[in-house]
Amino acid sequence: MTRAEPNDLRLNLTLAVLIVVLAVVSLMVGPAALSPREALAGLFGGDGAAAIVVRDIRLPRTLLAILIGGTFGFAGAALQGLLRNPLAEPALFGAPQAASVGASFVIAYGLAGATSFAVPIAGILGALVSIGGLVAIAGRRASLSVTLLAGLALASLAGAATALILNLAPTPYAALEIAFWLLGSLEDRSMDHLWIAAPFFVASWVLLALNVRAFRALTLGEDAAASLGVDVGRTRLMVVIGVALGVGAAVAVAGSIGFIGLVAPHLVRRSVGSDPARVCLPAALMGAVLLTAADIAVRLVPANPNATAIEIKLGVVTAIIGVPFFLAMIFRERRLLDGASS
Amino acid sequence: MSARPKLHAGNVVVRLGGALIVDGAALDLRAGELTVLIGPNGAGKTTLMRALAGLVPAEGRIEIEGKPLSSLTVRDRARCIAYLPQGHVFHWPMPVAAVVALGRYAYGDAFSTVTDADRRAVAKALAATDTEGFANRAVTTLSGGERARVALARALACEAPILLADEPTVSLDPRHQLVVMGLLANAAHGGSAVLAIGHDLALAARFADRIVIMDRGRLVADGAPREVLTAERIAAVFGVEAFIADDASGPHPVLLRPI
Repeated sequence: MTRAEPNDLRLNLTLAVLIVVLAVVSLMVGPAALSPREALAGLFGGDGAAAIVVRDIRLPRTLLAILIGGTFGFAGAALQGLLRNPLAEPALFGAPQAASVGASFVIAYGLAGATSFAVPIAGILGALVSIGGLVAIAGRRASLSVTLLAGLALASLAGAATALILNLAPTPYAALEIAFWLLGSLEDRSMDHLWIAAPFFVASWVLLALNVRAFRALTLGEDAAASLGVDVGRTRLMVVIGVALGVGAAVAVAGSIGFIGLVAPHLVRRSVGSDPARVCLPAALMGAVLLTAADIAVRLVPANPNATAIEIKLGVVTAIIGVPFFLAMIFRERRLLDGASS
Repeated sequence: MSARPKLHAGNVVVRLGGALIVDGAALDLRAGELTVLIGPNGAGKTTLMRALAGLVPAEGRIEIEGKPLSSLTVRDRARCIAYLPQGHVFHWPMPVAAVVALGRYAYGDAFSTVTDADRRAVAKALAATDTEGFANRAVTTLSGGERARVALARALACEAPILLADEPTVSLDPRHQLVVMGLLANAAHGGSAVLAIGHDLALAARFADRIVIMDRGRLVADGAPREVLTAERIAAVFGVEAFIADDASGPHPVLLRPI
């Protein structure tokens, strides 16, 4: 039992401190810059302009960034553990895209404004349908390539469905609202958004956390894991539902935000090793760090004030940072594969 | 032979995708006995073993220490049966000690910590398989023989009364084949009921207390190596002409040519 627990603890504490520091910075940054003292004073009391800005505008987006980033990091680590593949992430299997379809539909047909309860519900239903479909198509004993192909097909189908909804949007305004919503943002989110999404995040974390041990057993393959006492079918179902709930709620509240789920587990794997159970907590913390930092970045990068969008969109930033990382990882895997065959 | 078998299987039938793979197998596994299951490719050996391990639905009767296999919880089944699948798969480069500790999976849950019994079982399994020297290395960096020993250590760490090993010696060098079969024999003589699938008849004859032959879904022979491994039976089942040398240590089949 040589487990480098002190290493894990140190990393988790470091990431937790980093989250607190970034949260304070996030409360300070915006059109009206505040000092740390002003931000904290506004957070904990007073009813001046600073207090209103901090509590009503910056606190919700900061908390959402932490929760959504954490959920993406955890969901990514969980899917990588379940599928025993370091390239797995929620978006590869269509859940966020399907959540976008549900949310876009609700916005397009005026069933709800982008702030309503109906948007997250529709998003979650979309994600559940897609991941349920993935499991049904790929089956219990599917190879990775079958699972990936099925996920790719579902993601493409969901992308096409979103395009169709945009295409048939009843008004140009609805199309624009969907288009910007799809880019992902935490701008102008309120505490109501937080309360709508939080139960789904918590449910997601509980479902995933109950299966963290099983990810470790699955490193021996599904047969061996089953012989060790893992109910593989139940584990898969719980993880699929957990990911769909968390990612669906995240996409429903914040629009599509990519690559956190892929990148976060990889950043921590160097420190805690490849044990798929030990990766989960630091991956969640790392996800929160990344998204909070990205949400600070969108407020610092100057955007064209005459454009429709005042800020660079959050999903744009995470993808612009995430895609090169993804490519680099594929490149490294390819070289590893080449090395193995030579 | 008088004690109740650890595992009793009667008239086990397994169909996969409509095809009859195991056709009425009856088998007892007893404590202290290493049984080797041999047979041509496609005879149904792996499917029978997976059925005995509760990993594939089967008709018929499978009892673990007198209790129907289907009545056991997943966790109880895992504590009774250690199963070592073919191929020694490791998907993540986890340290060897952590892989072997997976053998203790059924003894913990999401909230429990590692117990002294877990530590003892892992240390014992590492020592028995002589894998202590690379306990901290990533399992994916090991050679085939080392990986086979780690996989076996993981199964031994379960400390289950029944051990099922599917082709544990496949793709190993001669020395490692002997080492792994010796470890299985030790486990059996230490009180476990061990069933191993193999393809090397000489190796089976050398280590098995009992040999069971499977052919086209049916068990066609079950007994001591000397009774079971005859030239006639090897010709009938495997389609191979064999010469059986015999000395005090048992039969030594030498395979000559396909018939």
